[in-house]
Amino acid sequence: MQKLIQWVDDRLPVVDAFEKHMSKYYAPKNFNVWYFFGSLSLVVLVNQLLTGIWLTMSYNPTAEGAFASVEYIMRDVEFGWLIRLMHSTGASAFFVVVYLHMFRGLMYGSYKKPRELVWIFGMTIYLCLMAEAFLGYLLPWGQMSYWGAQVIVSLFGAIPYVGEDLAQWIRGDYLISGITLNRFFALHVIALPIVLLGLVVLHILALHEVGSNNPDGVEIKKNKDENGIPKDGIPFHPYYTVHDIVALVVFLFVFCVVVFYFPEMNGYFLEKPNFEPANPLKTPEHIAPVWYFTPFYAMLRAITYPLFGVDAKFWGVVVMGAAIAILFVLPWLDRSPVKSIRYKGVMSKVALLIFAVSFVILGVCGALPANEQPSWMAPLFTGLYFAYFLLMPWYTRAEKTKPVPERVTH
Amino acid sequence: MKSILKVLLLSCVTSLAYASGGGDVHLDHVDVDIRDKPSMQRGAAMFTNYCMGCHSLKYSRYERVADDIGIPHNLYEENLIFGDAKIGQLMDIAMAPSMAKGWFGAAPPDLTLISRLRGPNWLYSYLRGFYKDESRPWGVNNVVFKDVGMPHVLVGLQGLCAEKPELGSKAGIDPLSGVVVGAPGCKSFATTGSMEPQEYDAAIRDMVNFLAYVGEPSRLESEDIAPFVLLFLVILFVPAYLLNREYWKDVH
Repeated sequence: MQKLIQWVDDRLPVVDAFEKHMSKYYAPKNFNVWYFFGSLSLVVLVNQLLTGIWLTMSYNPTAEGAFASVEYIMRDVEFGWLIRLMHSTGASAFFVVVYLHMFRGLMYGSYKKPRELVWIFGMTIYLCLMAEAFLGYLLPWGQMSYWGAQVIVSLFGAIPYVGEDLAQWIRGDYLISGITLNRFFALHVIALPIVLLGLVVLHILALHEVGSNNPDGVEIKKNKDENGIPKDGIPFHPYYTVHDIVALVVFLFVFCVVVFYFPEMNGYFLEKPNFEPANPLKTPEHIAPVWYFTPFYAMLRAITYPLFGVDAKFWGVVVMGAAIAILFVLPWLDRSPVKSIRYKGVMSKVALLIFAVSFVILGVCGALPANEQPSWMAPLFTGLYFAYFLLMPWYTRAEKTKPVPERVTH
Repeated sequence: MKSILKVLLLSCVTSLAYASGGGDVHLDHVDVDIRDKPSMQRGAAMFTNYCMGCHSLKYSRYERVADDIGIPHNLYEENLIFGDAKIGQLMDIAMAPSMAKGWFGAAPPDLTLISRLRGPNWLYSYLRGFYKDESRPWGVNNVVFKDVGMPHVLVGLQGLCAEKPELGSKAGIDPLSGVVVGAPGCKSFATTGSMEPQEYDAAIRDMVNFLAYVGEPSRLESEDIAPFVLLFLVILFVPAYLLNREYWKDVH
């Protein structure tokens, strides 16, 4: 075994790579539960890739055969139901862990210098993930698949002058059809997974270059011992691998409970109208996106008045796009001298709380029909969502921060 | 104010409420048990005899159904497969959708997934919700599905309710008069059927049970293996936890 490793290592730097990224990658030793979600999202990614590959073996990407082939997988393929439910539940699980992972970053200032690129790669992954989820949702070819895609693609039509042509170019047809399904399938199973994997590699490479942040926001590289090892660092392997295995088992338990007992999650993971095949002639009475898109859907609907002679729908699209785009510039909005929320002032804490609450309430607004909620609700919380970012340069500088300790608290 | 509260309440318990506009119809509740094989067998027989002339179960296979609900293949083939279909085939029907559309105004939908689309309570209420309405082409209407295009196929069993049956209510006794009020079901029949109301309700429950099974046959297998998977994870947690503790006990 030793000789084999030596043989390979003479030709490919496997030992070096393992040491750089695992056994001699020093992570701060004060990680808390919030730090599990990075490795968990990697697990979910692998789950999606593997179950996805097996699904393509029996899936039929045509308007005539798609719906029936999903039912074929659910009924006739050996353990097909399990593979399919792991994939559909995995999509929601992906967003659960990614949202928690992102919130961790917001809390502890993981986006701040020198980790701007880590954050930007992460945000690009998030963007890519949303596209991947949207494309994949069309594939079962149910009513909600069809009409969800119809609504979202038609948003491009709101762009002045080029919109309608652009939407038609995306669909490849005058309305969502088998042609759209086929290209969405190609993008969902080939194009975006490749981009996603590349981005994940970049995200991790950039992270390992600058090192992980921690709940105290202390740079552990500032305090090294005589061997050049950070005093507050600990080798990722084996310490955090054994740590993450515990989290993985707990995660899998929850995941399996959902897969085996509640795969529909009361209509939130698998929407009920999707048990009816796509019908271009029959619009469902209430079109709602899957839960992880609802905050942005609420922002889209929050804008109801035209401006500068352009349709309100277009401004809704702009607001929705801006809500995601603004996350990219976050590292330059935060002017606080400290990273972690632990040492930031009251205003930052209140702002983060308002932001989190707004995001959840927007999520609920987006899931409910427009006439079942007060008309001011979505606009108000959209405003608060943006206020968190736009006022950040001011409140992070104005507030009084607490002194950051020299070493991490463990 | 009510809608604000609704949004806020939903924020706390999002997973408990399904966010679809379900309509305002009150439904009767039915307890579904997809392990009750005799019930599903009766349901399958009723479905085959009364529904399958027009409604297919085309994503489901005869053989799988026979195995899951416990009917031997030869019995199933002799009694519950009409025409020359083989037991390994999908449960499709001969009626062409285009012709059916001409007869009923809309082609009768495939019902494989109807229990997942509408829910068992809806089905249970719908099949007990027909009443006499001479203004409709088939002389019947339905309290759950207004102006439905389907005739009351089970009229020979249930009879025809003279007016809208009461659904979604629980019977209570008026404290002053001692009269039972709000009792669910039909109050008076225009024509009587071969079954007593309770008998009919039980038969419909059997059919809903069968349709609930057909909607998701993997539920049986899923719930069979789930305890083992979860138990494995619980056991796996112990060494994972101890390993982690062993490594971290010297880290200060």
